Amino acid sequence: MASAPTIDPAFLDKDGNPLFHLEHEPHHPEGSSTMLGFWMYLMSDCLIFACLFATYAVLGGNYAAGPGPKDLFDLPLVALNTAMLLFSSITYGFAMLAMEKNKIAATQGWLAITGLFGLAFLAIEMYEFAHLIHEGATPMRSGFLSAFFTLVGTHGLHVTFGIIWLVTLMIQVAKKGLIPANQRRLMCLSMFWHFLDVIWIGVFTFVYLMGMLR
Amino acid sequence: MSPHPASENSGIWKMIFGRLDWSAIPLHEPILIGTFAMVAIGGIAVLGLVTKYRLWGMLWNDWFTTVDHKRIGIMYMILGLIMFLRGFADAIMMRLQQAMAFNGSEGYLNAHHYDQIFTAHGVIMIFFVAMPMITGIMNYIVPLQIGARDVSFPFLNNFSFWMTTAGAVIVMMSLFVGEFARTGWLAYPPLSGIAYSPGVGVDYYIWGLQIAGIGTLLSGVNLIATIVKMRAPGMNMMKLPVFTWTSLCANVLIVAAFPVLTAVLALLSLDRYVGTAFFTNDMGGNPMMYVNLIWIWGHPEVYILILPLFGVFSEVTSTFSSKRLFGYSSMVYATVVIAILSYLVWLHHFFTMGSGASVNSFFGITTMVISIPTGAKLFNWLFTMYRGRIRFELPMMWTVAFMLTFTVGGMTGVLLAVPPADFVLHNSLFLIAHFHNVIIGGVLFGLFAAINYWWPKAFGYKLDTVWGKRSFWLWVVGFWFAFMPLYILGLMGVTRRMRVFDDPSLQIWFQIAAFGSLMIAAGIACMFVQFGVSIKNRDKLRDTTGDPWDGRTLEWATSSPPPDYNFAFTPVIHDNDAWADMKKRGYQRPLSGYEAIHMPSNTGTGIIIAGLSIAFSVGMIWYMWWLAGLSFVGILAVAIGHTFNYKRDFYIPKDVVERTEGERTALLATQG
Repeated sequence: MASAPTIDPAFLDKDGNPLFHLEHEPHHPEGSSTMLGFWMYLMSDCLIFACLFATYAVLGGNYAAGPGPKDLFDLPLVALNTAMLLFSSITYGFAMLAMEKNKIAATQGWLAITGLFGLAFLAIEMYEFAHLIHEGATPMRSGFLSAFFTLVGTHGLHVTFGIIWLVTLMIQVAKKGLIPANQRRLMCLSMFWHFLDVIWIGVFTFVYLMGMLR
Repeated sequence: MSPHPASENSGIWKMIFGRLDWSAIPLHEPILIGTFAMVAIGGIAVLGLVTKYRLWGMLWNDWFTTVDHKRIGIMYMILGLIMFLRGFADAIMMRLQQAMAFNGSEGYLNAHHYDQIFTAHGVIMIFFVAMPMITGIMNYIVPLQIGARDVSFPFLNNFSFWMTTAGAVIVMMSLFVGEFARTGWLAYPPLSGIAYSPGVGVDYYIWGLQIAGIGTLLSGVNLIATIVKMRAPGMNMMKLPVFTWTSLCANVLIVAAFPVLTAVLALLSLDRYVGTAFFTNDMGGNPMMYVNLIWIWGHPEVYILILPLFGVFSEVTSTFSSKRLFGYSSMVYATVVIAILSYLVWLHHFFTMGSGASVNSFFGITTMVISIPTGAKLFNWLFTMYRGRIRFELPMMWTVAFMLTFTVGGMTGVLLAVPPADFVLHNSLFLIAHFHNVIIGGVLFGLFAAINYWWPKAFGYKLDTVWGKRSFWLWVVGFWFAFMPLYILGLMGVTRRMRVFDDPSLQIWFQIAAFGSLMIAAGIACMFVQFGVSIKNRDKLRDTTGDPWDGRTLEWATSSPPPDYNFAFTPVIHDNDAWADMKKRGYQRPLSGYEAIHMPSNTGTGIIIAGLSIAFSVGMIWYMWWLAGLSFVGILAVAIGHTFNYKRDFYIPKDVVERTEGERTALLATQG
């Protein structure tokens, strides 16, 4: 027989007998699982993007006698678009710094600027899509274009939801201030926003830059 | 609206009803009309009774809007059992058709109907029977086993349940309005593409699975966070009960696999709705991309199903052998190894794709390697029983039946993992026999063990053993009659999904299989009689101790059924098998010092969003774009509105806790 395992001294009473419960409820701070849970959601979302990247990798060369990346991509425009998204991540960072100092007005200001950069990103992306479709490079044209529009469009859809979420949070901060629940929500959106940035860097490199080399 | 065909083609009709018209109602299918009549009469009777006894308020307040993991767990089980009846009805219809359709007979099912039945059978059994039932068991048991009061995200738990239910409703709707997919349960393109399946069947399939998939994914996130964050003090990872460990691995697989299903179904929808070229034969599409992606989800999925049941068998074996589980840590490592390996084998589902010898060898070997940790588990259970004082109660009987049945299924699996052998057996009834052998022998037997084992915890009385044993023997013997003939037929080269046969010498095997399925039908009937008899005799079967089996894990430390707050005091854990350890150390139940307990509040948001999701799906399936758009906006509005509610918790006052615990003290005193 194995000897009885040693017991953590914190779980012994004053006579050295094992405790079976603590005198007061051990405290789970409110929302203590939220960050972990949100991380897991982000990782699952990351897998959706992984599938879309994989699909692009497989179908990306199937032009079906249609246009390829070199005929379609306008790198300066995409570079400008990338800059919009990267700036929005920086300004979101400033919003979080202001939140740490409990400055409501500054937080709201930086959040608003972040939202505007996000909108600029979306506007440029929609201009790009409209231009492609106008030239006949529609998602239906080839496997390559289907994969391209879906990957980039899914990212854009995420940014759209991010902006809706951002506006919602700004209203909630205006109503309730920077209470712990709102701070936690801003943290979640922060992770979401930076995550979209990381995905975009993958899109920019893998789709646009490497597309020009194909 | 007039049913006149002319008006159906008019613009206004199309704008409102999309492609829905009177031809979608299957008036020409007597089987469906009969089923519809039965469902309608049954449904009206249930609704009438609920109204007559004024139960709507109770149902809404105590069940539909509940965030209590125990009630949600029970609702998952009810969903799974109801859908099981539908899935089994499909199964027995196929067995009868195949037993009849010889010597020029066409059987009684036309091809259009038969193809829907085998698709619906697979989809329903996996997504709406096995998944809800394992989620239900995990939901009920995991928080109790780790000494928690609820899951990490109680609202999400309620929402997940209703999304799963919404998916089931969408699939069931296809029975009476329109049609279901005729593609097989994984809907491979190009058959499932718009060119070859222009009807609504595949769209029902897609939206049913997408909506239910959201629920599954969120409940996976929820249970992982619960296990990682909410364990009682002292319970480190290597003191986790085995069932909780296997649940953790299964949920990690859910979070890591279901997004792939979501993505691949989204791409299929784009092909169908927008006309993209992902999985088409032309325009640069690649149908094999779909097959790869869906099996990257699909293979982990089968381990999602079986791992929690491995945990159940571990708990049952150790409890009814009255000793510690043999090789706890090897059991944990084996589970983790299986979870990882489950990602490295997906290609064995299509060795015949033509990837070449080296790729096939790699996937053949990884597949065979899985049998090593699985075998280790089997030996652990056998060594647990060795020199144990075995009590052959119903859960233990199911466990022994599992060990025998599952081992045969595992061996035929290793056989199929040999690529050259698979070239012969691919898509044959041998494959069908194999996976029913492991899914029925593993998942279903495990669920029946779990139901018999934990029923007394959930309801406070044991299940009737006489009807339980009848059900057991009919099921186990029926299983062998139903599936062994399929192995033989498969070896002779009979492929799956056939509706009629030419070779009369095969008929006897199909008749034996049909006989087996009738035995299983009797087993299912006995199981429902068992539930009924037990509910009727609940006073005789009552267990007031909360620990009817001399259990070993924490769920047996509290009353049956547990109070809303599970434990009056959060327990402190010193060893594996925490409750057995507490009993050994002479634990005395505390009778004073109660405090108010912090609990989450109920909410109706989950059921409302799930209802809107059904409306959204109907809109998408039938091309009623206004409905899809409106309900999508509705979903967003309700979800955002929900975030404006900051008051999501309350305290159970100290005197309520004192009263509840006092009643239990009095009840325990009557034990003498």
